[in-house]
Amino acid sequence: MTGTVLDVTDLRLQRGSRQILAGVRLDVRRSELVAIMGPSGSGKTTILRAIAGLERFQAGHITVDGVALEGGADIPRPTLRELRRKVGMVFQFHCLFEHLSALDNVCLAPVHAYGVTPADARGRALELLAGFGVEHRAAALPRQLSGGEAQRVAIARALAVDPPLLLMDEPTASLDPERRAELGALLHDLLRQHRTLIVSTHDEDFAHDWATRIVRLRDGVIVPETRSA
Amino acid sequence: MLRWAGDPEGGAPFVEADPSQPDRVVGFDVEVAALLAGGLGRTARFLNVEFRSIDQAIARGDADIGMSGIEDTPARRATLAVTVPYYEFREVLSVRDADRSRFRSLADLRGRIVGTLGDTIAYEILLNAQREHGVRVVSYDDDVHPYSDLVIGRVDAVLLDNVLAERRHRTVRGFTIQPQTVAIGHYVGVLAPENAALRDSLNQILLGGMRDGTLERIFRKWAVWNDDQPQLHARLLAGEPVPAVVGLDSSASVATMSRWDAATRYFPSLIRASAVTIVLSCLSMGLAVAIGVAIATGRVYGGRLARATLTAYVELIRGTPILLQLFVLYYGLAAAVRLPAFVAALLGLALNYAAYESEIYRSALEAIPVGQLEAARTLGLSERQVLALVRAPQAFRLALAPMTNDFVALLKDSSLVSVLTVVELTKQTQIFATNLGSWVIPGSLCAALYLVMSLPLAVLARRLEQRWRTPQG
Repeated sequence: MTGTVLDVTDLRLQRGSRQILAGVRLDVRRSELVAIMGPSGSGKTTILRAIAGLERFQAGHITVDGVALEGGADIPRPTLRELRRKVGMVFQFHCLFEHLSALDNVCLAPVHAYGVTPADARGRALELLAGFGVEHRAAALPRQLSGGEAQRVAIARALAVDPPLLLMDEPTASLDPERRAELGALLHDLLRQHRTLIVSTHDEDFAHDWATRIVRLRDGVIVPETRSA
Repeated sequence: MLRWAGDPEGGAPFVEADPSQPDRVVGFDVEVAALLAGGLGRTARFLNVEFRSIDQAIARGDADIGMSGIEDTPARRATLAVTVPYYEFREVLSVRDADRSRFRSLADLRGRIVGTLGDTIAYEILLNAQREHGVRVVSYDDDVHPYSDLVIGRVDAVLLDNVLAERRHRTVRGFTIQPQTVAIGHYVGVLAPENAALRDSLNQILLGGMRDGTLERIFRKWAVWNDDQPQLHARLLAGEPVPAVVGLDSSASVATMSRWDAATRYFPSLIRASAVTIVLSCLSMGLAVAIGVAIATGRVYGGRLARATLTAYVELIRGTPILLQLFVLYYGLAAAVRLPAFVAALLGLALNYAAYESEIYRSALEAIPVGQLEAARTLGLSERQVLALVRAPQAFRLALAPMTNDFVALLKDSSLVSVLTVVELTKQTQIFATNLGSWVIPGSLCAALYLVMSLPLAVLARRLEQRWRTPQG
């Protein structure tokens, strides 16, 4: 269970005349928690978006658990569909669906995109919400949740289709130190379940306390730095 | 100066813009006005007033006298100072040439559609015939389209006075004017009730014109002189009373009833007209929403050609008056597609409102944060599912308030379809007011009925908005 989950080779991404990523290499193995660090605008979020299939890149390769994306071309629809099963993403501002309850947010994709029966999806969603300590908020709408609760629901939503790789963009941005520690513990539980995580963060303390590896982004390339939790 | 009000849209031989000098008016009413002004030692000054508003304009004092082929009716006699009649006309039935031996009188037209100009004696006669003979009455806002619709088969007969029928017969082929007279009526001048003294002076001038042949010369010039006129003039000069209308039972006229009786008599028809308004508005809005959603989706998701076409449609509809669109749909396309009036009204309102609705939905769709869409995509939803499950439901909540506003506006704009002969609430109110000679009761009832229809909508919209806005946890 220690094979490569993510392999990024020579990833280049340009917006207009601005080179954001200039040959990124990154290899992530199962049950790793990799923290990508770097100054604002260095492209941390862009890497995550490219891996999630939200951003077109000009050159290079990304392979997620056997699904290969090629630079310079639109991702074919079947490939994109496979990719969605492999990568879950938790956005910085959570992006929960405002018109649906926490429970329905978690159930939406399993039912509509993957054909799980509503009863099964509901059972699994309640299990996930309970696992993250927010099952009592299942009926609440996103605007009724605290920041920490919304983040847990967003993680539950991303994990509802059981992707091997979970991406999190700036997960500690709006958390106080206590909630940060709770999040770190929660992510470690996920590692124990053999999930693989990549987080982009500014938060040195969080990265040092919880990441199994830290990589730094500078001038559009990754500078490796070893670390173990 | 004698200010006189008339409507040049009525055209020759009454009043029309002089073809060689369009800022001048010509017609027999223009010459009668000049005769009256001359008799008073004044000059005549013309005031352009829409035909159905002439009575109100006179009552308000906008002009001294109204003349434009205005009919003598019990209602006018009760509410205004009316001159002696200066012209006698006959209400005549026109039918398609092929039907000339089949439809000779109103009694032959059971179950058939008969058109006429709204708010006229002919309309009252047809309402009676509806009760007695089962004819179906259609009311027009002008005297041109009843005849064109007769020829193309939308109506089976037209009842109007002989002056209008003969005028149209000269330009439109395919119909026959039946010789039998349905009723006899007269053209008069109308003045405000407080101008009775002026009216008496004008009566003397008119009688003088009858005596010395001036009126005959005017009517001969405009080719409307016939054997009925010398008889009318003789009776008037002999001091005989001339009834307003012969051949219409005016005992049932609301003008002779108490206001309360009149209101009770018209209330059921106002309720029926409200039903037309609400059914038409609901169906039009339903269709407008469906088309609007399709246009908005096309403009947000479609290719360049689809986007350009839909944008052109929206701009075309928003850039032209809805009345013009209704006319084009009903009369303009009649040669190719003969839509029934209600269908044309429904389509016209729906196609117009669809353009406005589509703009609401498009901006609502574009207001949904891109993060919501990306989150849905990363979960594996297809673009169609992203739209149906995430984007559209949230956009709908944003669109709800402006949509309700539009529905209330549509409810009121539906009054425009009376130009297509659909009798809805405003039109029915207008008929009621004309027959009663006052807008106070009909206007109040009409306003109350519109409020009864629109207020629940406003309340419903507020409730829905609150329901989606209030925390429910």
